[in-house]
Amino acid sequence: MEESKAAGHRPALQLTQSMLTRQRADEVFKKVLKWSTADETEAIITWNSYSLTRFANNVIHQNVVEDGVQVSVRAVVDQRTARASTNKLDEESIREVAERALILARLQPPDPDLLRMPGPQTYRSVDRFDSKTAELSPQPRAETVRKAIGRAEKDSLTAAGVYSSGAAVYALFNSRGLRAYHEETVSEFSVTMLGASSSGWAKKTAHNFEELEPETLADRAARKALESHDPREIPPGKYTIILEPAAVLDMLGFLFMDFGGLAVHEQRSCLTGRVGTKLFGENINIRDDVYHPAQGGPPFDWEGMPRQRVHLIEKGVASNLVYARQTAHKVGATPTGHGFPLPNEFGEAPMNIVIDGGRSGVDEMVASTERGLLVTRLWYIREVDPYQKILTGMTRDGTFWIENGKVEYGVKNFRFNQSIIEMLGQVEMLGPPERTAGEESFEMVVPAMKVREFNLSSTTKF
Amino acid sequence: MRDFAKQALDTAVARGASYADVRVMDIRQRYLSTKNGAPAQVRESQSYGLGVRVVADGAWGFASTDDLSRSNVDRVAAEAVAVARASALCKKEDVQLAPEEKVIDRWESPCAIDPFTVPVAACLDLLLKVDGEVRKVQGITLAEAALDFRRIDQLFLSSLGSDIHQLKTQTGAGFVATAFAGHEIQRRSYPNSFGGQYQTRGYELVEEIDLVGNAPRIAEECVALLKAEQCPSGVKDIILGGSQVGLQIHESIGHPIELDRVLGTEANFAGMSFLTLDKLNSLQYASDIVNVVADATVEHGPGLGTFAYDDEGVPAQSTPIIKDGLFVGYLSSRETAAQVKLPRSSGTMRAEGWNRIPLIRMTNVSLLPGSAKLADLIASTDDGIYMETNRSWSIDDRRYNFQFGTEIGWEIKNGKKTRMLKNPSYGGITTEFWNSCDAICGRDEWVLWGTPNCGKGQPMQTMGTGHGASPARFRQVKVGVAYSG
Repeated sequence: MEESKAAGHRPALQLTQSMLTRQRADEVFKKVLKWSTADETEAIITWNSYSLTRFANNVIHQNVVEDGVQVSVRAVVDQRTARASTNKLDEESIREVAERALILARLQPPDPDLLRMPGPQTYRSVDRFDSKTAELSPQPRAETVRKAIGRAEKDSLTAAGVYSSGAAVYALFNSRGLRAYHEETVSEFSVTMLGASSSGWAKKTAHNFEELEPETLADRAARKALESHDPREIPPGKYTIILEPAAVLDMLGFLFMDFGGLAVHEQRSCLTGRVGTKLFGENINIRDDVYHPAQGGPPFDWEGMPRQRVHLIEKGVASNLVYARQTAHKVGATPTGHGFPLPNEFGEAPMNIVIDGGRSGVDEMVASTERGLLVTRLWYIREVDPYQKILTGMTRDGTFWIENGKVEYGVKNFRFNQSIIEMLGQVEMLGPPERTAGEESFEMVVPAMKVREFNLSSTTKF
Repeated sequence: MRDFAKQALDTAVARGASYADVRVMDIRQRYLSTKNGAPAQVRESQSYGLGVRVVADGAWGFASTDDLSRSNVDRVAAEAVAVARASALCKKEDVQLAPEEKVIDRWESPCAIDPFTVPVAACLDLLLKVDGEVRKVQGITLAEAALDFRRIDQLFLSSLGSDIHQLKTQTGAGFVATAFAGHEIQRRSYPNSFGGQYQTRGYELVEEIDLVGNAPRIAEECVALLKAEQCPSGVKDIILGGSQVGLQIHESIGHPIELDRVLGTEANFAGMSFLTLDKLNSLQYASDIVNVVADATVEHGPGLGTFAYDDEGVPAQSTPIIKDGLFVGYLSSRETAAQVKLPRSSGTMRAEGWNRIPLIRMTNVSLLPGSAKLADLIASTDDGIYMETNRSWSIDDRRYNFQFGTEIGWEIKNGKKTRMLKNPSYGGITTEFWNSCDAICGRDEWVLWGTPNCGKGQPMQTMGTGHGASPARFRQVKVGVAYSG
């Protein structure tokens, strides 16, 4: 289509027409209120427009575009609540979803813990929308992918990955006058470079696609593939290991559901009986902070409460939990604005993790290591033990042996079985924190870590 | 549905698509759960939209929307073609598709009791009854139970002339008991973890699995685990319960046989496969008593992988995968079949929703029953462990090195089940493990298990898969691996 060739962007009029503006979201909520006869009514209205160009074997093999809206209505009647959702915005469908939520609510026993919906709130502003990113079209993405493929072909490698971009709107309204609205753009470039006997990987996400640096990522992944060719086998054991930020993120992502107040109250958290205890090393400081400039997401939770900054781990002490309104009321704590949409059985969790780091770059960590491993990423991580917080998983796409301060050669991938709690007591060095994306958890701001005595329990064949 | 689908198809072809297909889907879900004596989630959702997939200029494009107005449907169909033309900037050769005939058909999955007609109050009563039975057992700290109903109404039109309307009803049910004491959390699930048992059928599934009747036993086992001995480390013969065999199949057979993984198109995320093309008809994948099929037909059973036609309009088939231990078949699509010169797609392309392209997915990948009985397997095992119900699962990105943990185990000594074991785990290399299989239980103990949330693709999509399995024995397997070191 000529318009997209010319500008490299989806037509602005097209985006404007389809995007869920604050005014349009309000109009949808007015329709919901018109049909709802509940004591209290809440609507979460979300919209997204997203496109993804996927490549493998040095060609674009999948290329997708989507847009969609969802209206999720919660009704409260006589201390009972339930939710119904639709993606149809016509009058009849809105009437039906409002009615459905009410019917479902009436079918339940009263919940003595159910609180009145919150009233209007004030939110700190966060700017996470870039219009050029929202309008980025398949054409310029294809041209960028062609360059990444060119980098692969230069060294007889095969490239696979994705280049995506999009925009999302999250709006939350209730019948007590609460109005919350947030718009955000997303972009991602992820690339795997495959050689005959090795591979490398790099990934970045940003609100503004111009920050992705796809050529740098392609080059980094290519060098990892080249430098880990003909990997050697190292015996399993406990090793000093340098985890690049993505590996740290994917591992530690399994820890944060345990910081929910309800999880601890119900004794399904690894922090049960341990809040206030020094569980980790003194150099570990982790907070939940949606306002950090490298973070993403709305400044409100799924009841419309403003998200608070919460220090979760301070100098190794598991010091604070997060609380939705209902959990806070139940246990006598202060809400922190981390709740999931009601009704739910999970309660709350921190979703904007920032881990304090240090000044030691990965190169410095390598230089300081007599014998150890450098790991690019971890994969297929699953929880083995929920209280000891033992995880298992694999290394992947660039695992290297270090000796006497130098990366010597690539090694075959390992399976690990490692407790996160123990691991965070064995961190010797921390890098500068950076916005990081992995595959097993949400984006975080995390550093690279050098960890001693990391348990690599078996090897695989590649 | 049909008008919009036809309009989208016509527009795509008019804009230059050499192939086009359109799926319009109306997906309804009702999810009900309880926790510790009270309802937890009570929600219903509907998602209705249209996706257009095209080949234009020899490359793929896809666009989808839930704004089903005439002008927007036209726009989306045109966009699919524009996206394909952008893909063509980075192609080496044109997409080729293995041939298919056009199909005009309508199909509904078997469903004796429509779950959406069962009153919500009755469903909640059942869940609370289960909850009550679980929490009667002293030591239980958390009881969770859930019912999950889905109806998928899908129309498929293609430029071949196919017009296929399918209506599927799926039901899932299960509960979890949790006990915390000291420094330990233990869980027991029934009938399976991952939310329970799921099949493509109606509420009759819930009635058959007797959640209430099994609640006391499961809760008692959960509490008993707190005092049980730790699973030892070493090398043992293991007997796996049927649901755990099902997951073993899923991870170490179902995924590596996906031809798109083999051909490298999933390399950036889900990974690749050790089953390179040279291994077809030559690799001894398993011992000679092992026979595995990928079977989407109704005759195989009401699994999550049962349908009449896949999302390319290819009829459901039964494809041999492992025959007498030899690797003989892949899961394929029209494109991958053409790439490896198979005469036809094996009909395994499936999409999660209207806003996702179909990918090669497992259908019902099942281990055919043997002739043994579980009691006899135990009686003929001198030194082993019986392990039941998955708790953790992990495998490398080419599907060699795996490790699984189960919720519970029992030591077997001299042919008898003796002490309960906690935190059982085992691991190995895929083909070595399957070649150590020396006994498979019979049809009486065979169940078509459902895995509701298999993830694949970018953007990610989830899919339900079926796995028929009976308990089976494997010799000399490394156990206790997750806790050693």
